[in-house]
Amino acid sequence: MAYTITEKILLAHTNKKSIAPGDFIYAKIDMALGNDITAPIAIKEFESTGTKNVFDRKKIALVPDHFTPAKDKKSADQAKILQRFAIKHRIENYFEVGEMGIEHALLPEKGLVGPGDLIIGADSHTCTYGALGAFSTGVGSTDLAAGFINGHVWLKVPETIKFVYHGKLGKWVSGKDLILHTIGDIGVDGALYKAMELTGEVIRSLCMDDRLAMCNMAIEAGGKSGIIEPDEITRRYIRGEGRRVKGEFYKSDKDAKYCEIREYDVKKIEPQVSAPHLPSNAGPVTKFKSIKIDQSVIGSCTNGRISDLRIAAKVLKGKKKDPRVRLIIIPATQKIYLQAIKEGLAEVFLKAGGVFSTPSCGPCLGGHLGILAKGERAIATTNRNFRGRMGHPDSEVYLSNPAVAAASAVKGRIAHPEEI
Amino acid sequence: MKIKGKAWKFGNDVNTDEIIPARFLNTHDPKELGAHCMEDIDADFSKKVSKGDIIVGGKNFGCGSSREHAQISIKGAGVSCVIAQSFARIFYRNAINVGLSIFEIKDAQGISQDDYLEVDLDKGVVVDLSENKSYKAQPLPKFIQEIIKTGGLLKWVKKRKRG
Repeated sequence: MAYTITEKILLAHTNKKSIAPGDFIYAKIDMALGNDITAPIAIKEFESTGTKNVFDRKKIALVPDHFTPAKDKKSADQAKILQRFAIKHRIENYFEVGEMGIEHALLPEKGLVGPGDLIIGADSHTCTYGALGAFSTGVGSTDLAAGFINGHVWLKVPETIKFVYHGKLGKWVSGKDLILHTIGDIGVDGALYKAMELTGEVIRSLCMDDRLAMCNMAIEAGGKSGIIEPDEITRRYIRGEGRRVKGEFYKSDKDAKYCEIREYDVKKIEPQVSAPHLPSNAGPVTKFKSIKIDQSVIGSCTNGRISDLRIAAKVLKGKKKDPRVRLIIIPATQKIYLQAIKEGLAEVFLKAGGVFSTPSCGPCLGGHLGILAKGERAIATTNRNFRGRMGHPDSEVYLSNPAVAAASAVKGRIAHPEEI
Repeated sequence: MKIKGKAWKFGNDVNTDEIIPARFLNTHDPKELGAHCMEDIDADFSKKVSKGDIIVGGKNFGCGSSREHAQISIKGAGVSCVIAQSFARIFYRNAINVGLSIFEIKDAQGISQDDYLEVDLDKGVVVDLSENKSYKAQPLPKFIQEIIKTGGLLKWVKKRKRG
């Protein structure tokens, strides 16, 4: 029988001889992830069942990244629950502030997730790791608690939509623009319950950071997962920088069944901007050039990686941000932070009048480090622009890639990087 | 079991940031989360809603984040169940796992704000008593019914572990 890569990974994590979309399976987990917002509930539920031990202390990752370093007393209490649980159960992959980074940048960087893995995370952007050729999906705290108990998760085998990207990317166009354009095309429920398999020569030439940014936003189209077949770029990544990840390199069969195939000619795609209040309100940046901004945020699990910071620095080098604009740049992990300092990117950001902060999810979900006041407007390299997402319910978020966010900070309005 | 309550209508793509804004996620106390339920769409929702009332959404209800605080908040506000034309997948599985009753009804837009509804939780039949109209929810897959019957995911897992 012919299978997609998603079906092959799921099948390999069950005792079944065959599977098909629509089947319910009880699958083995390779990594179960929680953060300072979702894990406290999972821990409470785990403890309420009277279970003494977790299924595998090496296959759990706890990352206090959302409201940390603790923004207030209640957040400190939440983070403390993680720390206590991690110590009690000797959780190998617990990352205290100072080692911590944004979970979806940190886990791939540390080599904790790899090709062929099945990963669940109590965070909707867990779909990020599909970029490595893994099946990875967001679940709730109760699923996480159940995973802690016996290392399994119930899943409905999804149908797959295949997205094929042809042509050559224009200057300043990145993985982020492709995914915003795609969400704009199919809508915020266009891939509801489905796996999004991203393919084509454009994907094959994308660097890992851009692949991670694309799979990260599968959830914004309602997708269960995003996935890219692993290749030489994947192999180099999982063996690079001290990582020693072993993985199964699955590929979709030629005659695998897809519920839909969509093709894009990327030559026609300009840098994208998604207007409030849905990620699907995407269009070319030039359409939004009259929109003034109060804040520009560069960071998050979507675009806080080193290549994102490099491109932002390229735009900002020798420039000053508009005096009315707050420019907030948040590297996704400590390693990226240090690398940005070594490469002189931090200096570029500070000289441009930006803030360069410690890793955190920060303002992306309206937590801290840059909350919007009533009537304010931000451009952000984050993943959601829902009403009130970054602060006051009457504030606005426009989504873009890092080059556009950097250019907009300089101009004080949404701008194309070519304008700088 | 049958429940009765007033319908509170919402549109398409109601997201979890609207159900419970992230600024309240530094706690998981049901009462506290319930007091801010739907706050960014309707600031007074938690004050106006009565125990047993029913949320009626459009398409893709509960899209966005995986926060189970959304279900805790809805239950904390006293809402008895959620009806929608379709649900976002993480919201859907969280509701099943924690025992918040949800019903997928493709023509739910026929229900109006303030209509008085009677819901048969077991059969998935919704009667709009104000408009004398009946709706039938998409039946839940057998696998999911089993989780619900056992009393939620954790009980199901414990039972399975023993068995």
